[in-house]
Amino acid sequence: MSKRFLSGNEAFAEGIRLAKPDVISAYPITPQTIVVERLSEMVEDGSLKSEFIHVESEHSALSCAIGASAAGARAFTATSSQGLLYMAECLYYASGGRFPIVMMNADRSTALPWNIYGDQRDSLSQLDSGWIQVYAENAQEALDLALMSWRIAEDSRVSTPVMVNLDGFVLTHTYETVEIPEQAQADAFLPPYVTENRVDFDDPKNMAFSAGPDTNFIFKYKAHRGMLAAKEVIAETETAFAESFGRKYTGMLDSYRTEDADFVLVTLGSIAGLCRETADRLREQGIKAGVVRIRYMRPFPNAEIAAALQNAKAFGVLEKDISFGNEGTVYTNVNSALQKAGVRIPGYNFIGGLGGRNISAHDIAQIFEDIRSGTDHVNFIGIGGDGNGESNG
Amino acid sequence: MANPTAERLSRDEYFYGHKACAGCGGSLAVRAALKVLGQNAVSVLPAGCMSAVGFNFPQLCFSNNSIISTFAGTASMLTGIEAGLRARGYSDFTAVGFAGDGGTADIGIQALSGAIDRNDNIIYICYDNEAYMNTGIQKSGLTPFGARTTTTPAGANIHGNLRPKKNMFEIAAAHDIPYAATASVGYLPDFIRKVEKAAQIKGTKYIHVIAPCPTGWGIAPDETVEIAKEVVDCGLWYLAEYENGAFTLNHKPKDFTSVEAYLKKQGRFQHLDLDDIKTVIESRDQKWSYIERNFTYK
Amino acid sequence: MRPYLREKTSFSAAEIPEATAFEAGYLVSVNSGWRSIRPVIDTGRCVGCEQCYLYCPDGVISIQNGRPVIDYDFCKGCGICAKICKIGAIGTEAEHQ
Repeated sequence: MSKRFLSGNEAFAEGIRLAKPDVISAYPITPQTIVVERLSEMVEDGSLKSEFIHVESEHSALSCAIGASAAGARAFTATSSQGLLYMAECLYYASGGRFPIVMMNADRSTALPWNIYGDQRDSLSQLDSGWIQVYAENAQEALDLALMSWRIAEDSRVSTPVMVNLDGFVLTHTYETVEIPEQAQADAFLPPYVTENRVDFDDPKNMAFSAGPDTNFIFKYKAHRGMLAAKEVIAETETAFAESFGRKYTGMLDSYRTEDADFVLVTLGSIAGLCRETADRLREQGIKAGVVRIRYMRPFPNAEIAAALQNAKAFGVLEKDISFGNEGTVYTNVNSALQKAGVRIPGYNFIGGLGGRNISAHDIAQIFEDIRSGTDHVNFIGIGGDGNGESNG
Repeated sequence: MANPTAERLSRDEYFYGHKACAGCGGSLAVRAALKVLGQNAVSVLPAGCMSAVGFNFPQLCFSNNSIISTFAGTASMLTGIEAGLRARGYSDFTAVGFAGDGGTADIGIQALSGAIDRNDNIIYICYDNEAYMNTGIQKSGLTPFGARTTTTPAGANIHGNLRPKKNMFEIAAAHDIPYAATASVGYLPDFIRKVEKAAQIKGTKYIHVIAPCPTGWGIAPDETVEIAKEVVDCGLWYLAEYENGAFTLNHKPKDFTSVEAYLKKQGRFQHLDLDDIKTVIESRDQKWSYIERNFTYK
Repeated sequence: MRPYLREKTSFSAAEIPEATAFEAGYLVSVNSGWRSIRPVIDTGRCVGCEQCYLYCPDGVISIQNGRPVIDYDFCKGCGICAKICKIGAIGTEAEHQ
């Protein structure tokens, strides 16, 4: 184990070096570029024995990774924003074909208007693409997820690709001290990829075929079951990870002071730290505040969310996303979880951080205040309610 | 009486039981190429005719490892398969793509250009039936001038497709590709020889084979091979190679057969008037004057 | 060796594979019903030039003991073999089933 001062992107690249993918195919896009630059350097200096393919687009990046996975190889790609949208066709292809590719996505705003800064409208728009989606909070978690993701994706019960999301700039470009495991430890934790879903010269395969109305449904059902099975595999993987490396993760979500909380703010990614600090300050004022950071958006932690919120008086969802004409997608998902569990408490959606706009401690304190006093269903931080429907207070 | 070409091919069939239309030129091209490349060929076929007719679970018509790619992703998936197999320690295999004209010259040209640029060790075969046949005969970038398709209807105002074919062979060559060739299923031994040659060359290989579609061209199913020969004989297509930076013409008709006769055998050209045919002939003559100047004929 | 007809033609949900990968060359249906004409080889006239074998788009003509044999399960009756045969050893008959 060594310690280094690394950005989120660099930490993730270190995790990928430890995971030793056979093939890396990537196309540069801000703010993902540092990952592929570091990986290129590792290939150049011989510390990473991967085929690095300089593809000419994101569509080809993922198409190439699918090809490599179909050859039985471990394949990695990384992208962001417009690049993720450009490869969208291949996202569905990879998950439908059950190719356990790992991708890093640097969460970034989507044009128009053009903007290179962080929000989560890119990845959240792809929740239905069949990829496991996990959101890292800090550089250490990013590195650790780089390792854990392969083990989850390649587990034969899962066989589903994983998208690891890092908030653009706020996480990808921010430096922290990071612990880097030894290669031997990583090798023991992550065995080589073994699959029957590959080209086989002794037992040839026809792959990525068509399936008509009678069987297509079954393939989709199985993909759904595979994704659901990831929940158990994530738990097993984190247990094994803690045994190997000493760092513990909390599964589908990361709950902070929710046990006795009256007011809980649910969010994703790197903003969670500021939410927790705010909750601590409110606690000092006698307000029982808590925070839930959703780690996995797919498979979605329905039961875990309901359990974390069931004793609260009200909740809010803070997210860097808006589904125009409705609400933030995380809010929709959380409400669905509560409805299924019969948890009936008021909830409010807070849209912030779009195009990299700062979310301050003051903003978060105001969000908690709004959760306590009641506000519109959908609120744009610093602007107010979206004018659709009456207050939920 | 031996057939020297047949004797060089595998007796095995690698593309069999498929649901291509009777007399499909594309299926003949795929079948012949795989009989050259053999059991260790890994074929990639994008969404299109040959994948639609060959891969309907559980009717799976390739006996070698084969996979469907996205429509735009033939070349990039070939790249991934080649790199993945090499990374896993395999060396005795051929990654070969079979994409149609639309999958090659239109939606797949970016990935193809990228693969040639990287000089990935793959064979890319474009089976050119001159329109989007799988979706019902719509114009592609390789639909010839004057052809009637369902999106270039022939009427009083517009006589079918207004644009000539994109020159994919020379576009591939312009990348300074190790090997590129044109072919026709009407001259099958020539096509087979080119696939054999491509299999021996390292780097990216591009072969563009004319493969008539009876359904889309408006010919009888038994006319596929004849019409594919005639398009060469009348000079509207040519058999050539690009290698070591130079173009070679493989076959030079002494006298061209009638362009009009070629066109009028096909439903898709029935509407062409004398002026249209004159345009086709002029464009052919211009092309051949270019070939005479730039290609070596041995 | 070539793809061939299998006995098992339908699959329960449990038998359907997880991934879109399955045994290569697995056939469950024939193409004989497509034919309106049937090519017939006159083996007496055939000289074994193998042009029909070479040009068949479906690969249904194999050479056995130097002479072509048609697999009528998969012949679609396109007629290319009859046209390519320069010595006229392949005729066509109307298909009636």
